[in-house]
Amino acid sequence: MATNVMTLPRTSEPTGLWSWITTVDHKRIGILYLITAGLFFLIGGIEALIIRTQLAAPNGTLVSPDVYNELFTMHGTTMIFLAVMPLNTGFGNYVVPLMIGARDMAFPRLNAFGYWLFLFGGLLLYSSFFLGGAPNAGWFGYAPMTERAFNPGNGINFWILSLQLLGISSIVGALNFIVTILNMRAPGMTINRLPLFVWGILVTSLLLIFALPSITVALILLLFDRYFGTMFYLPSAQGDPLLWQNLFWFFGHPEVYIMIMPAFGIISEILATYSRKPIFGYAAMAFAFAGISFISFTVWAHHMFATGISPVADIVFAGMSFLVAVPTGIKIFNWLGTIWKGSLRLTTAFLFAAGFIGQFTIGGLSGVMLATVPVDWQITDTYFVVGHLHYVLFAGAILALFAGTYHWFPKMTGKFLNERLGQAHFWLTMIGMILVFLTMHYIGVLGMPRRIYTYAPAQGWDLWNMIETIGAFLVGLGALIFFINILISLRQPKTSQGDPWDGQTLEWATSSPPPVYNFASMIPVSSPRPLWDAKYGAHSEFAGDPKKVDLSGGGTAQVHLPNPSFWPIVLAFGLSFMLVGILFGPETGWLGVPIGVVIMFVGLIGWLAQPAE
Amino acid sequence: MSAVGKLEQAGHHVGESVEQVVDETHAQVAHAETTTGLDHRKLVMWVFIASETIFFAALMATYLVYRGKTPYEEGVGLLDLNVASLNTFILLASSLTMVMSLQAIENKKKGRMIVFLILTTILGLAFLGGQAYEYGKLLQEGISLDTNLFGATFFVLTGFHGSHVAIGVLWIIMLIIRALRGGISEHNHLSVELGGLYWHFVDLVWVVLFTIIYLI
Ligand code: HEM
Ligand SMILES: [Cu+2]
Repeated sequence: MATNVMTLPRTSEPTGLWSWITTVDHKRIGILYLITAGLFFLIGGIEALIIRTQLAAPNGTLVSPDVYNELFTMHGTTMIFLAVMPLNTGFGNYVVPLMIGARDMAFPRLNAFGYWLFLFGGLLLYSSFFLGGAPNAGWFGYAPMTERAFNPGNGINFWILSLQLLGISSIVGALNFIVTILNMRAPGMTINRLPLFVWGILVTSLLLIFALPSITVALILLLFDRYFGTMFYLPSAQGDPLLWQNLFWFFGHPEVYIMIMPAFGIISEILATYSRKPIFGYAAMAFAFAGISFISFTVWAHHMFATGISPVADIVFAGMSFLVAVPTGIKIFNWLGTIWKGSLRLTTAFLFAAGFIGQFTIGGLSGVMLATVPVDWQITDTYFVVGHLHYVLFAGAILALFAGTYHWFPKMTGKFLNERLGQAHFWLTMIGMILVFLTMHYIGVLGMPRRIYTYAPAQGWDLWNMIETIGAFLVGLGALIFFINILISLRQPKTSQGDPWDGQTLEWATSSPPPVYNFASMIPVSSPRPLWDAKYGAHSEFAGDPKKVDLSGGGTAQVHLPNPSFWPIVLAFGLSFMLVGILFGPETGWLGVPIGVVIMFVGLIGWLAQPAE
Repeated sequence: MSAVGKLEQAGHHVGESVEQVVDETHAQVAHAETTTGLDHRKLVMWVFIASETIFFAALMATYLVYRGKTPYEEGVGLLDLNVASLNTFILLASSLTMVMSLQAIENKKKGRMIVFLILTTILGLAFLGGQAYEYGKLLQEGISLDTNLFGATFFVLTGFHGSHVAIGVLWIIMLIIRALRGGISEHNHLSVELGGLYWHFVDLVWVVLFTIIYLI
């Protein structure tokens, strides 16, 4: 059935460092995102292990209180902005164009620009360790604690400006995803035939577009307070600290969905594939995506119950928060419906996805508990909250990202990850995770506050803290095995076919790894699983003998591939330089700002003058 | 020769009636590859504007939350409604000239388009001049960023709007340069349309700012 469209002038990929610096190929950019964010995940994990070592026993002395503050701030900020979000972007970049049958993203150079901003933002944040101290006010940086008067070092300035860079990077990425998904679908792929991972990335991008400006403004105001003497968050001059909290959480709550929606998508794809069934309740799943996104903009003040907002506000925000449980519940039951009576294959990817369902549900339930105002008053700022947030971020986002790695690694590299090491990784992660994070709920109810660098003995916390630390190291061991697995597997010969898992969506319809141009031809799309239809006949059940489909070769016409470009990195560098110029403005007479602007201008002119194809 | 080119030639012979055909064919050629029929750049512009709306909404919310915390005579009372009204008029007029420039190029009158783009630039600069004048007056009265909450909110809000206007002016100047170097034609004027979208958005934001700062 394949209709041939074209052949290709350029079949071999360029190699070498320069080709990566100038790449605009969505697959390479995706890989860059995944590698960079993977390294930041490692760093964030090491910080977590230092934290847990410090807390293993009472009166810990491994780190000083000041360093401890830096550690949990950097750990939280890293995991959220430098690990989970860019890992999602990485998979999105690699997989989304393939899933919708496109040759690249809508704006290939903008895509590269987004990556470089992410890289520079991350480096800027981490350079603070060497340039006068890391940020230390927690990942939500409450004002006025972050004001110069109370936090005079440079750490918060690094935090503000690197978050701005990362924010711009995310906006640029989101714009690109939205246009790509709306505008570049294969013929026949209507919006109600989008694979659910694509749905996940689409709603995530919309959330970013509408949520990020709020933190951008919050950070700008803080920057002005710290640099130009305004008093937006200073109670001493009639400023209102709650302004920060409102602006921050208007972004912050959607942010948790920004992290989890792509995970929902990954899980949906994986469960369907390894159950050899269509996703159960596709339409309900898609609506649940939309519903959760919408509701997520109406619940932000559940993070502010303890600030004494009015009882009416308490009730409204608690009520809206409970409402999120409905679409989330729909998802969980649909996942169960998907594996029900499927012809299951218990691969590592499937195990992680199945583990996700159970564990993430606990995170959802403890969320409902926290949305109950009187309960929240009792346990806010205790380890219960830390337990809850890790149950949605670790048991949610990270498990899904692990699952996605096992699933898509053969597509990206042509090589399989070792399944035995995978299983070891899975069991260590599950057991360790339950030991460390489930225990946190209990110890939180016992009264252990979060963000304390140590505690006195004999309050009934000692045993549980030791268990948590052991659990954390089990998770760490699992992660170590995971990274070793990747390194070992990369040295193996390529053994993966285009479609190693008997997949359903278009990324499996081309070779592994795919050619630069992704597809030479396209098959008709009449459901969310076009490849499955092509292999087994439209809308049929799993029945032994698939037809072979390979869209990577053949055809007659020419493909125009986007030109590699040096300008995205120049523009990103200029913008970063300008922000660093602000950071050190008072010491350097603001010289960095005009220099940065000039570099940006050069980058922009070069960009505009270069033909895109 | 492309389909557009052929039809264009035909247009010379058959006159008006073909013009429409040309436009339609052009539209098809330009948008052939997208699922929604919208050009990528136009779609991205709309989504970007949606995002910018939230940005200004958050800044305006900040202004409104703090409105009234500063005594009238040390804050809003010092503003000059006349200057601001004139400025509003100027900016609205610039939106009109922007529309006219797009219309001109759609009617194949490139020279006219350039004239209107230049007018838009001048009006944009005039607006910035008016804003500078108002800033100067406030500074003379002793109101600046760090004086009180009024100064902080007023300068940050209008400052970010003003910088958007400045970027818009640069954008339009780049359009003019591009047009002079032959980069814009009656078949290739999406860039003018995009610049216009941004410009109208920035104007619209000002109308809201004007209302919340000067009128209520
Ligand atoms: C081995 C894995 C991990 C361990 C052992 C761990 C441990 C911890 C601990 C003990 C804290 C509390 C520190 C304190 O309040 O004093 C914490 C905070 C936090 N963690 Fe993790 N974590 C892990 C992975 C993750 C992941 C994957 C994410 C997100 C995707 C994450 C996000 C956060 C955030 C946002 C905070 C709050 C920081 C703050 O209070 O500002 N963590 N983590
Ligand atoms: Cu929330």
